[in-house]
Amino acid sequence: MDIIFLTFILVLSVFLGFELISKVPATLHTPLMSGANAISGITLAGAFLAAGATDNDMASWLGGAAVAFATINVIGGYLVTDRMLGMFKSKRGQ
Amino acid sequence: MDIEIYTNLAYIVAAALFIFGLKMLGSPATARRGNAFSSMAMLIAVIAGLIGSQAVSYEVIIVGILVGALIGTLSARLVAMTSMPELVALFNGSGGASSLLVGWATLYYSEGEVVPTFTAATIVLAILIGGLTFTGSLIAYGKLSERINSAALVFSGQRVLNSALLLAIVACAFLFCREPSATSVYLYALLGLALLLGVMAVIPIGGADMPVVISLLNSYSGIAACAAGFAVGNNILIVAGALVGASGIILTNIMCKAMNRSLANVLFSGFGAAKTAKAVEGEVKPISVEDAYYILEAASNVCFVPGYGMAVAQAQHVVKELGKILEANGCEVSYAIHPVAGRMPGHMNVLLAEADVPYEQLVEMDDINPRIENVDVAIVIGANDVVNPSARQDPDSPIYGMPIINVDQARTVFVLKRSMASGFSGVDNPLFFGDNTRMLFGDAKESISGVIGEFG
Repeated sequence: MDIIFLTFILVLSVFLGFELISKVPATLHTPLMSGANAISGITLAGAFLAAGATDNDMASWLGGAAVAFATINVIGGYLVTDRMLGMFKSKRGQ
Repeated sequence: MDIEIYTNLAYIVAAALFIFGLKMLGSPATARRGNAFSSMAMLIAVIAGLIGSQAVSYEVIIVGILVGALIGTLSARLVAMTSMPELVALFNGSGGASSLLVGWATLYYSEGEVVPTFTAATIVLAILIGGLTFTGSLIAYGKLSERINSAALVFSGQRVLNSALLLAIVACAFLFCREPSATSVYLYALLGLALLLGVMAVIPIGGADMPVVISLLNSYSGIAACAAGFAVGNNILIVAGALVGASGIILTNIMCKAMNRSLANVLFSGFGAAKTAKAVEGEVKPISVEDAYYILEAASNVCFVPGYGMAVAQAQHVVKELGKILEANGCEVSYAIHPVAGRMPGHMNVLLAEADVPYEQLVEMDDINPRIENVDVAIVIGANDVVNPSARQDPDSPIYGMPIINVDQARTVFVLKRSMASGFSGVDNPLFFGDNTRMLFGDAKESISGVIGEFG
C-alpha cells in the first residue's frame, strides 16, 4: 500500500510540475533553473536519518557527507537565485 | 507515531509553499518573493525532517550543515554573473552526490533487517541517477569553465563501450536487488559504474549544447532526490524532487526545440565533430568605429543580438551604456535574445539584467523576427550560430532547420567579432558576407566603447 501511495504522490507532482513551469518566460529561465536546483537539495530532509544514527559509523559518515552536499545545494542555490532576481528591474522601477 | 503525523503535516505546508514559490517564479515582478517562499518551504521541510528523524547525535549533522552553508554562501556571493552556468552545474552536482549518499546510507542503518526488493530498487536508482548527476555535472563544469576541452569528444567504439556500460549496470542492479546488503560487491560495482556513466554521458557533448545538458542534469538531480525519497519513504522528497524533475525536462525540451534537434541527437551525435557544410566564400566589408557611429546616429530602431561572446568580453555594461545613449538620441532600442544564446537557458538575460537593462527591453526571438525588417541596425555581439542564415538556406548545414534571429533581414547588420574564425559549432556563416553586413573587428568591449566615445 505504501508503494501505491508514494507513487500516487509522484505522478500528481510530476503533472503539477509540468503545469507550473511551462508558462515561465525565457527571461527567467536561469533563475528558474537555479531556484529549482535549490529545491533539489531537499534530500537534506532525508539525510538526517542516516547522519543522526549513532549505532553505525558508516551510516553517520555517509549521512554527514550527504548533509554537507545538500546544504551547499540549498543555501548556495537560494542565495544565488536571490542575487540574480535582485538584478531584474522594471522600467518603472528605475 | 505522533511525531510522524506532525512532520507529515509540516511537509504538506512545505509542499504548498514550494508550489506557490515556483508559480511566482513565473513572472519577473513576483519572482524574488517566489524564491523567498520556496526557501521558507525548504526551512520548514528541513526542520520537520530533523525532528522526524529522531536523531540521537547531532554532532555530524551540525558539522555537515556548517561546512555546506559556508561553501554554499561563499560561492553564491563571490561568483561573477558570467560564470553562472558553471556554478549551477556545481550545485547540481552536489545535489546529485547527496542523493547518492542518502540512498547508500539507507543500507547501513537498516542493517540486520531484510531490505524489501522495492526499497533495494529505489536505492539502486538513487545511486545511479545521483552518481550520474554528480560526475556529469563535474564534467559539464569543466567544459563550461574551459578547464577541460569543451569540444565534443568522440572516439571509435564509444557506442559499444557505452552499451556495455549500460548492460553492466542493469546486470549489477539485478544481482544487487536479489540480495541487497551493504556489503554486496554489486553495490560497489554500481557506485563505480554510475560515476563512470556520468563522465561518459557528457564528454561527447560540445560546449554549444551545454544549455541542454545543464537543463537535463537539473532534471536528473530532481529525479535522484525523488528516488532517494522512495528509498527512505519520505513524501516531501518525492514531491519536491518531482517538481524539479519536471521543470528540468520542460527546459530541456525548450532548448532542443530552439536548436531544432531531438534530445537523442544532442546527447549522442557528438555535434560539430563530423559533419561538413558548404564552405562559404565572399568578401567581408569591414567598418570603422567612426562610420559605425554615423550610421547609428541616424538610426531610429536598433536591436542588439548578444551571444556568448558578449559574456566572454564582459561587454554587457558598455552595451547597455550605448543603448542608453541611443535612446536619448530618440532611437528605439531592444535586445533580442535567442533561447540558446549563451551557455545556459536565459544566460544573456541575467547578464543584461546585471547591467541594469529593464526586462521590458529584452525580447524573444519570436517577437523580434516578424518586425526585423523595421530594424535599422541589428548589432550582433559575440553571437554566431543563432544568427546564421544557413539554418534557413543551406540544407547541408549541420544547423539547418534551427530557428534563428533573422538579422540578415534588418536594414543594416553590424557584426562585432574578434577575427574571422568560425563559431562554436565550427560552421561558416554567410551572414558575414551579406550585402547589408558590416564587420566591426576587434574586442567587442573596446569597439563599443569606441562608438560611445564618438557620441561623447
